[in-house]
Amino acid sequence: MSEIEETIKRIQSHKGVIGIIIVNNEGIPIRTTLDNSTTVQYAGLVHQLTMKARSTVRDIDPQNDLTFLRLRSKKHEIMVAPDKDYLLITIQNPSE
Amino acid sequence: MEIVYVYTKKRSEFGRQCNFSDRPAELHVDVVPDSSLCTEFIERNPCDTAIQCAQEMSEHEVNTERFETETRGINHVEGGWPKDINPAEVEQTIRFRKKVEKEEHYINTIQQLGSVMEHCIKQNITIDIYEDYFANMEVESAEEAPSAKTINVFRDQNEIKRTATSLSWYPDGGKKLAVAYSNLEFQRSSPDISFDSYIWDIENPNKPELTLKPGSPLVCLEYNPKDSHVLVGGCYNGQIAFWDTRKGSHPVEMSPIEQSHRDPVYKTIWLQSKTGTECFSSSTDGQVLWWDIRKLGEPTEKLVLDPTRKLSIDNALGGISLEYEPTMPTKFMVGTEQGSIVSCNRKAKTPAEKIVCLYPGHYGPVYSLQRNPFFPKNFLTVGDWTARIWSEDIREACIMWTKFHMSYLTDGTWSPVRPAVFFTTKMDGTLDVWDYLFKQNDPTLSIQVCDEAVHSLRVQDNGRIVACGSHSGTTTLLELSSSLCTMQKNEKNLVSSMFERETKREKILEARHRELRLKERTQSQQGTRQEEDGREGDNEEEKELIEKAESEFMKAVEAEKKAMAGRQVEEIEETAEKASEEPAEKADSSTPTEE
Repeated sequence: MSEIEETIKRIQSHKGVIGIIIVNNEGIPIRTTLDNSTTVQYAGLVHQLTMKARSTVRDIDPQNDLTFLRLRSKKHEIMVAPDKDYLLITIQNPSE
Repeated sequence: MEIVYVYTKKRSEFGRQCNFSDRPAELHVDVVPDSSLCTEFIERNPCDTAIQCAQEMSEHEVNTERFETETRGINHVEGGWPKDINPAEVEQTIRFRKKVEKEEHYINTIQQLGSVMEHCIKQNITIDIYEDYFANMEVESAEEAPSAKTINVFRDQNEIKRTATSLSWYPDGGKKLAVAYSNLEFQRSSPDISFDSYIWDIENPNKPELTLKPGSPLVCLEYNPKDSHVLVGGCYNGQIAFWDTRKGSHPVEMSPIEQSHRDPVYKTIWLQSKTGTECFSSSTDGQVLWWDIRKLGEPTEKLVLDPTRKLSIDNALGGISLEYEPTMPTKFMVGTEQGSIVSCNRKAKTPAEKIVCLYPGHYGPVYSLQRNPFFPKNFLTVGDWTARIWSEDIREACIMWTKFHMSYLTDGTWSPVRPAVFFTTKMDGTLDVWDYLFKQNDPTLSIQVCDEAVHSLRVQDNGRIVACGSHSGTTTLLELSSSLCTMQKNEKNLVSSMFERETKREKILEARHRELRLKERTQSQQGTRQEEDGREGDNEEEKELIEKAESEFMKAVEAEKKAMAGRQVEEIEETAEKASEEPAEKADSSTPTEE
């Protein structure tokens, strides 16, 4: 098994993890554990939001950068680990 | 005339200490009386002078410009793929993904991000992120006076105004309101009157979100609670129509006229069913019809509201309101034009048995009928000048009622969130909010919604917003203060005990009535028997009674006569003092002759 699969499996095994999506810097989902329509929706919206969040942080202080994004909602938490080229999105409901 | 007097003083004397001394009076000016002015003198008596002691005020008016909003949709499609890849082609996208997944940079990045992510996930597991810190805190309920404010007004957009006859809230969240418009005044409908009904977005009073175009004006309209795109409406000509809002303004299907009601359809309600496509309707023609919107060709079931259970349409009562509680799917009730309430059971063996019982009801049409959402055994009816609360067990009379109002009541409904609260509307344009725990004699809150009759009423599911439809088609949305739409402490128990107490009281009264009636009946039976036994005795008694009455009557007459004679004597005696004694003797002799 590749290292990627191992990482995904490890994350997935944690309590309450609903899904994992890997998105490239164009917003295209590369790897997902969810169904296609959900993935496309999440990828498109979260990618846009992350880009906006990143530019916000950079506009406030050009030497700063976004390192992590947590979106806590009524039903679950969406966590985004951003990188230059890829985003790792995880949806978790720890109380599940 | 100008009077000038010049004082002179040397500069050197300025600022010096004053040194006053006496001197004789001098004449500076002499104004000689002008006799010509005297002729011009006009005396004013009385003299009117106006005095203003109030603060001066002015009135200004400002009207803000109407702000029109519009909703537009954009269809987002999947994008961001490189130019040479067609996102619709599965093979190409898979190949692209595979290529990316093989890149070393990708692998490294994800592994690195993975560890960061894992850290956060573990954090979330360790700490309960959805913990409510203040769950145990009592919310301090500020004792505010019950109130309501108007939040929006939707007007009938047509030149000839029609009545807003029925309202229905969008089932999911209540952001939309469907309003049925029709003219119910007898023979007042003109040929160029519009048939349209509207669905309003509650934020936008300028333009309806959707126009419904039925073949005949809609009298009632109801959203399907299971499928919020679907509405069913009952027309003035008796037809049933249903809409799918995704398919536009025109009804998807209408029931054929020959299979429909023969009078306006006053109420339709969706039934609790697996498919969520069944509904039933009532009309003043005396029929209750069941429909499945998948085949509106004919009703699936029929019931004639004949109280004698002979199913004859000639004796039928006209149904004007309906009640159906999804938790008891076989039961339903119909409020009739004649004032009685018919309780029915759909699953009875024979059609005649479907009519279970009749409640006496009101002196006029029962405009509204609803079970209490918390205590379905108790139901509210609105008709004539009162609103009444009934218990299912008591068939003779209601358990609670409001006083008789000065104007007719037109509609009523329970609050969906508070068991003790209900709303009624009146012909004089007021909305009354009743809190039966607070007071029973008068409404807790009475709001003048408009100057004309309020015809229909519907409360949003959260109990906060009330919609009132008026005679000329104006629909007003009112927002209630929070005390009227949040359950009070212990309210359920209190209301339950109140209903139970009143039911018990009514039961005792009913039992007493029955007892009295029974006694009366037995007495009257005994009486007839006695009469047969001793008719002569009775006759004697009667004679005695008559004699007694006669003698009493005669006594009274004589007493009156004596009094009259006495008066005459007095008068005559007065005259006699002046005249000779003869007339007095006459008067004396006249009294016995009269007798």
